[in-house]
Amino acid sequence: MIIAVASGKGGTGKTTVTAALAANWNAPVAAVDLDVEEPNLHLFLHPAITGTEKGYIEIPKADEGMCTSCGACAELCQFKAIALIGDTLLTFPDMCHGCGGCIAVCPTGALTVDSRELGELCHGTSGNIAFHMGRLRIGEAMCPPLMKLVKHDVFSAYEDDSRDIILDSPPGASCPAVCAVSDADCVVLVTEPTPFGFYDFKIAYEAFSVFEKPMGVVVNKAGIGDRQVYDFCAEHNIPIWAEIPFERHIAEAYSTGAVITQAVPTLQPVFETLRQSIQESVHA
Amino acid sequence: MHEILVISGKGGAGKTTVTGAFAHLSENTILCDLDVDAPDFHLISQPEQYQHHEFWSGYEAKIRQEDCTQCGECFERCRFDAITHENGTFAVDPMKCEGCKVCVALCPAEAVDFTLKNCGEWYRSETRFGHLVHAQLYPGEENSGRLVALLKDEARKTAREHGHDILLADGAPGIGCPVISSLSGTDLAVFVTEPTPSGLHDLERVAALCDHFRVKGCVVINKYDLNTDMTEKIESFCAQQGYPVAGRVPHADAVTAAMVERKAVTEFDSTMYAAFDGIWKNVLSQL
Repeated sequence: MIIAVASGKGGTGKTTVTAALAANWNAPVAAVDLDVEEPNLHLFLHPAITGTEKGYIEIPKADEGMCTSCGACAELCQFKAIALIGDTLLTFPDMCHGCGGCIAVCPTGALTVDSRELGELCHGTSGNIAFHMGRLRIGEAMCPPLMKLVKHDVFSAYEDDSRDIILDSPPGASCPAVCAVSDADCVVLVTEPTPFGFYDFKIAYEAFSVFEKPMGVVVNKAGIGDRQVYDFCAEHNIPIWAEIPFERHIAEAYSTGAVITQAVPTLQPVFETLRQSIQESVHA
Repeated sequence: MHEILVISGKGGAGKTTVTGAFAHLSENTILCDLDVDAPDFHLISQPEQYQHHEFWSGYEAKIRQEDCTQCGECFERCRFDAITHENGTFAVDPMKCEGCKVCVALCPAEAVDFTLKNCGEWYRSETRFGHLVHAQLYPGEENSGRLVALLKDEARKTAREHGHDILLADGAPGIGCPVISSLSGTDLAVFVTEPTPSGLHDLERVAALCDHFRVKGCVVINKYDLNTDMTEKIESFCAQQGYPVAGRVPHADAVTAAMVERKAVTEFDSTMYAAFDGIWKNVLSQL
């Protein structure tokens, strides 16, 4: 079972929910940080990291001696990563999406495969929880390629269903968030009942509902703001699986890097119910 | 003109709250919401649109089934797993297609169409704080970096036309494509952080990104009283790295209450007005 914990707005509590859900899961589980731009899950699960490797994307390398300046590569490239200026072929490695098209269309073999570092992939354990994360290299613009490498590692490691997988997704509703949600069996949307939270929640709901997966909501900081999130959920038959009340001591516990159900034991039943609701929705 | 960008690395640290307060306190400013994926600044500023444009960017491949010879070349070549092969039919999954044109160029039957995509819209508006240039990327779309670059260009045009002194931009979370795009031309980045492990961790990364692109930064510590030990840690990090701390903002119910009233927090609460007045002056002194 693959569960994506997502949200439109950042800072609504995705990582808090992922960490507590993993800590309260009743089967072998892997917690995976796919927010590769700003991964934070390790700050709460404090995993022992047992392996780190670099992730790469394939980019072209030009051999000027073999280039006949035909321009086929530059004409094909949609990402301004390769240009022919006069008789000089220029590559812009940071712009390349790694489609391999330029190398495929080059008639003389003047373009060969090189690589660009995307960032790191780390894995380890936190108690019984298997832990995985991607961390984007500072200055790297594209996160889906690194996210795909992390997903590939995780999905092949637990192909035999030996562990359920909880994905901590990046915020927003554009390509990185969609990349995280697309393979999940179930989506947990974390929101807060404020005008900002509600606006971004609607965008995320619209982006993810096209997948037609079971989806439920966690309302974090319940009690503040207004009722728009609740009204929208009622109107669209979106189940609210959990509410985490807004209390200063919960916010303070979060600020120390604690798993929320360990710091505030009264939240344990909330996460028990959330876990059951997720499992029932997937098995329904 | 000076360009100020409010970013945070971490989402939900308070970028839009800070931008709203600055917008209220500043004069002769052009405003810009560069979080095109999940823009929220309009919820405070309540813009009246006077221009509306479609944003067309990037292409999408589509296989014409009547011309497809089922050779499978596209399926083999696609690096993005965007070609599906079900019941003997090859098709493009639009959610996965990057618009790289490889399948179009290499299809021996020339059976793949390639059409420009409408990925979102952008607007020019009037607000009580001044002109605003903003956008909405459609859910699930790409090309946020290009839309950010477009918005900044359009904001600069408006600024030139009206003789604005400052371009104030609300940025996106993270350190990837849209944030990198928003740094171009920025004179000063304001990093909004909070005294939590995530707040500090993400501040370190977004500050490193700005160092990488040689953009100067200063720091606003939001909700500083939530964990004063952590606030001190953040301040010593800033002192070590040479990022001036423009100020601290207390954790206050007024932030949400102001948001519900569609107001900047400085319009709503006098304590917050006083706090942000000092912070805004410190930010301006960095220019």
